[in-house]
Amino acid sequence: MLRFILRRLLIAIPVLFGVTIVAYFIMTLAPGDAVDMLVDPGLNPENVLLQKKALGLDQPVYIQYIKWLNGVLHGSLGYSFGDRRPVINRIGERFVPTLSLAVFALGIAFFIGIPVGVIAAVRQYSFFDYFATFFSYLGVSLPSFFLGLLLIYFFSLKFDLLPTGGLMTIGGKNDFFDRLSHLILPGTVLGMYNAAVVMRYTRSSMLEAIHQDYVRTARGKGLHERAVIFTHALRNALMPVITLAGLQFPLLLGGAIITEQIFSWPGMGKLAVEAIFNRDYPVIMGLNLMTAVMVMTGNLLADVGYALADPRIRHSGG
Amino acid sequence: MATAELTAVPETTFRIEHTSLTRLIIRRFLRHRLAVISTVVFMVIVFSAIFAEQVAPHDPNKINPGAFDKAPSLQYLLGTDQVGRDNLSRVIYGGRVSLSVGVVAVGIYMIIGITLGSLAGYYGGAVDMLISRLIDVVLSFPNLLLILVLVSVLGPGLRNIMLVLGLLGWPQIARIVRAEFMHLRVQEFIVAARVIGVPTPRIIIRHIIPNAMGPILVGATFGVASAILSESGLSFLGLGVQPPTSSWGQMLNAAQSLSILESKPWLWMPPGFMILLSVLCINFIGDGLRDALDPRLRR
Repeated sequence: MLRFILRRLLIAIPVLFGVTIVAYFIMTLAPGDAVDMLVDPGLNPENVLLQKKALGLDQPVYIQYIKWLNGVLHGSLGYSFGDRRPVINRIGERFVPTLSLAVFALGIAFFIGIPVGVIAAVRQYSFFDYFATFFSYLGVSLPSFFLGLLLIYFFSLKFDLLPTGGLMTIGGKNDFFDRLSHLILPGTVLGMYNAAVVMRYTRSSMLEAIHQDYVRTARGKGLHERAVIFTHALRNALMPVITLAGLQFPLLLGGAIITEQIFSWPGMGKLAVEAIFNRDYPVIMGLNLMTAVMVMTGNLLADVGYALADPRIRHSGG
Repeated sequence: MATAELTAVPETTFRIEHTSLTRLIIRRFLRHRLAVISTVVFMVIVFSAIFAEQVAPHDPNKINPGAFDKAPSLQYLLGTDQVGRDNLSRVIYGGRVSLSVGVVAVGIYMIIGITLGSLAGYYGGAVDMLISRLIDVVLSFPNLLLILVLVSVLGPGLRNIMLVLGLLGWPQIARIVRAEFMHLRVQEFIVAARVIGVPTPRIIIRHIIPNAMGPILVGATFGVASAILSESGLSFLGLGVQPPTSSWGQMLNAAQSLSILESKPWLWMPPGFMILLSVLCINFIGDGLRDALDPRLRR
């Protein structure tokens, strides 16, 4: 097991290098850099050059990259080109909104996805099953921005139940309920997609579990049907679902770019869009690196969890 | 639903006795009722996009000063936008852009994915190691973030979106192909082909790829759905197709203004609904294809 983890960690190093190199070079290929985006085009070219020098943009790309990498290896993600604050602070202040959105969304996903998936599997080919399966297709086919706009249209504009966006009411009470009311719509948009995915996973792994011999044995020895389903089948069926969470959560943490944009949610996804429009390379690189690390950690944890929970899986090679 | 059943029943009852593989596949596909209905609906969408000139009631880009911001009426079934362009015609023409992005992008990454996937799966060893790490690198990027960066680098526009989605979408296909190749390469008929001296490229093209076609086709179908979603998301953010060309996502971009969102739902609901309908149909078709082509994977 330890060997397996070590091996995976070693493989992760070149992959991370690859990610940063590719991202850096693609980014700097763009016409116009941060200075061109920020300053008045009428400005004296000497001053522009001075500005570029201050940010290190006058140097060749590979030097810029090596400098950046050197910083990262020494624990610094550099400074934002926009307001010169450390990248880690800029990302840090956006982390909590994104985290709360991700937790809320994943909560919805499990709260709806697992029970619906279980019932659909237990009553396979019933009306409920078809209905649930159809809705799960709907959930993965519905573009997030369309769902977001529909929710704003109905819940905010037509019935005025919930706010259209933002983290909290400006100048309002800003208590827990105010924050929660702002969280509901964007959280639902993200949650619906994930609920659909969780439901499909739960249903198919539950179906597989139900037809296993140990479930037949449990039934055969006269256990109550509820005990058979919930303690014997469900426990085993949930493994792939938990793995799925390990894979989805880092992606959610990476920031839901479109959802945050629609609801003007000040999270990492919105920061990414702002950084891209302003050519703020250090911020983009920081976000990229962080998300890549989280995705890879999620993958590894999912694999390890899987291997720990299911002794049939033996990682011999890779 | 009725027509789907009528066509499905004779197929299954009369051709059972001597079934070729193709017939077997068609029969299995026809059994998936939602997939059949979706095929019919999707065909209608595709044909109205192809024959947009004949179907659309008005010129989608004609600015009409006499008809700014009209609500739906008999003349303009879905109303008009701020500059008097007929919204229904724009939805019909928008389908052309959205669907072609899906098809072209998937076409590009099928070529890359099949090539790299077969190399990795057939040769294994160092080649496999290298290609697999490349797959890891591309998959480790937060997808939309990288797409956004690339599109803003290359400049927004239809061709660049196709290119970017094509260049980034291949790992999934490469993985499927690699797995199929690893499975097939040790099968007796491939070993036999190698023993009698069939050259490697011929083994790959004539013997392995046709056998791996099922999962590849299914992957491609789902790929078209996700490419359409990506394009619409980019265009929604304003980084996609540029005006005056319209795509469904770009038409929803207008709804970022609260006044249009609230007071003119006929402008943004239809294109959003068309995205949903197309993606839903393609997903059902993909599901039907999976059941038909690869019964091992049936859920």
